[in-house]
Amino acid sequence: MISLSHYLVLGAILFGISVVGIFLNRKNVVILLMSIELLLLAVNMNFVAFSRYLDDTAGQVFVFFILTVAAAEAAIGLAILIVLFRSRRTINIEELDSLKG
Amino acid sequence: MKVEALKAAAAAPEMIVAFMACLILVAALYMKKETGHKFTYGVSVVTLVFVAIQIMMNFSETGTTALNNMFVDDPMADLLKIAICLISAGVFVYSRQYNQDRGIFKGEYYILGMFGVTGMMVMASANHLLTLYLGLELMSLCLYAMIAFYRDDKLAVEAAMKYFVLGALASSILLYGMSLLYGLTGSLELSVIRDSLAGTEQGNVAVALAVVFIVVAVAFKLGAVPFHMWVPDVYQGAPTSTTAFVGAAPKIAAFAITLRLLAGGLEDLHGMWQQMLIIIALLSIAGGNIIAIAQSNLKRMLAYSTISHMGYFLCGILAGTEEGYSASLFYVLVYAVMSLAAFGIVLFLATKENESDQLDDLKGLSKRSPWIAFLLMVLMFSMAGIPPTAGFFAKFSVIQALVNADLIWVAAIGVILAVVGAYYYLRIIKLAYFDAPESDEAIKTNVGMSAVLTVNVLLIVAILPWIGSLLALCNQVISQFTL
Repeated sequence: MISLSHYLVLGAILFGISVVGIFLNRKNVVILLMSIELLLLAVNMNFVAFSRYLDDTAGQVFVFFILTVAAAEAAIGLAILIVLFRSRRTINIEELDSLKG
Repeated sequence: MKVEALKAAAAAPEMIVAFMACLILVAALYMKKETGHKFTYGVSVVTLVFVAIQIMMNFSETGTTALNNMFVDDPMADLLKIAICLISAGVFVYSRQYNQDRGIFKGEYYILGMFGVTGMMVMASANHLLTLYLGLELMSLCLYAMIAFYRDDKLAVEAAMKYFVLGALASSILLYGMSLLYGLTGSLELSVIRDSLAGTEQGNVAVALAVVFIVVAVAFKLGAVPFHMWVPDVYQGAPTSTTAFVGAAPKIAAFAITLRLLAGGLEDLHGMWQQMLIIIALLSIAGGNIIAIAQSNLKRMLAYSTISHMGYFLCGILAGTEEGYSASLFYVLVYAVMSLAAFGIVLFLATKENESDQLDDLKGLSKRSPWIAFLLMVLMFSMAGIPPTAGFFAKFSVIQALVNADLIWVAAIGVILAVVGAYYYLRIIKLAYFDAPESDEAIKTNVGMSAVLTVNVLLIVAILPWIGSLLALCNQVISQFTL
């Protein structure tokens, strides 16, 4: 039987993977955007699991909103990525170092 | 359920701003390009001022919840919304010349700003985790786009990307904390969360985890050390007009969510978050004030100064008393006015060719433009917290709240580091008054903008006779704080 804790552990693992993905990845901005998507999905997992466990639909409604915002966020992220590539001809994170001090 | 039961009228200010943003966007399509941009700019500023006046006329006496308890209209929200609208309108006025010089004086820029303001106003009135999250995201998404708007500039685009990634990470951390709170309490409504967390013992690991996530996310959004890495990069890289926008009104909105989450929903876990906030606040004050000394870029220096101001502002929150909250409220309002004026001066000095964002650009300012140099001096005195300016009273009331909450050692460290901070503020005055100018190029006079700038800066000093009543208003607003 799959219990609540299984889902929570899965959510925590997904969250962990994506945070590690953001901090370890030094090569590609697209992978950063993928990690951000995964972060939000990990949270969705938590909300749906709790919602089912508590027998309360509010959590699932919240998930719909998170999905919508995630779509908007991906759109803006990709737009910034395109502008970035146009101005620098690279999406390598290590080369994004002009701001320092 | 009846529509009247929603009491949607409580959200009228937000609706007006959002509706006007949509209306302007469509109306500008039917005009010539240049006219459309000017129209959008003008109508946006007028709308924001109008909404501020409208809220002032209908200032709530007590708090009322609306829209199925998702939204609250209390005196605190009203006060914050007035400040958000007026300050954003000020930023728009300052940004005009700068944006025109750089080819980003476009209607869309101001539309994004208007939606950002809507997000901030929703944050100020959030009574439910969902409203809070949506307001926050609406604001953040607009800010990312406004930074990347200056798309020919490499630094601006890089700053936008960094802000986007770290901002999205912070939002996810906040959401994770919210999901844990939801699981623990079975509700997303802040007042229900507070009631069901009442009487939680200190050692509860699950609750502690939720609190950690929420505090980290709030610190991220405020830009407090050790979650401050995005602040200097964004402030320096973004076009100065956007920096002014990011630096002023969003801090007021961040105050609202900090107060509603920590002092509202997590009220009974005060012992848990106080410890974390003490560390964050002291690190911010120390880190911000000390690293600012080493900066040669004015915008970057102001970013570190913001970090230290956020530290002082958190000191009031962490005191955990009504006195502390109202001191924080006062601090954040004064800070927003000062930050607006500081970037206003940077914007005023910027020309088409020169960003004027190096400290060396201020050399000999008193000879090139005595009045602006004087305004800069008043402003720097206020930021350093030297009497008789509003900045002094803001720091004073926060420190007083700390002392009254038996946190004398925190107050002592704060005062000592304020002296360290005074060094780099006073250095600016030295540069402007005692150094020889590097260029003798006359500063172009912009009558409209210098008038607004004068009002803005002198507000910091002219408010003094009424400072008592302003503090009393903050106290009264906090005591009416509803959840």
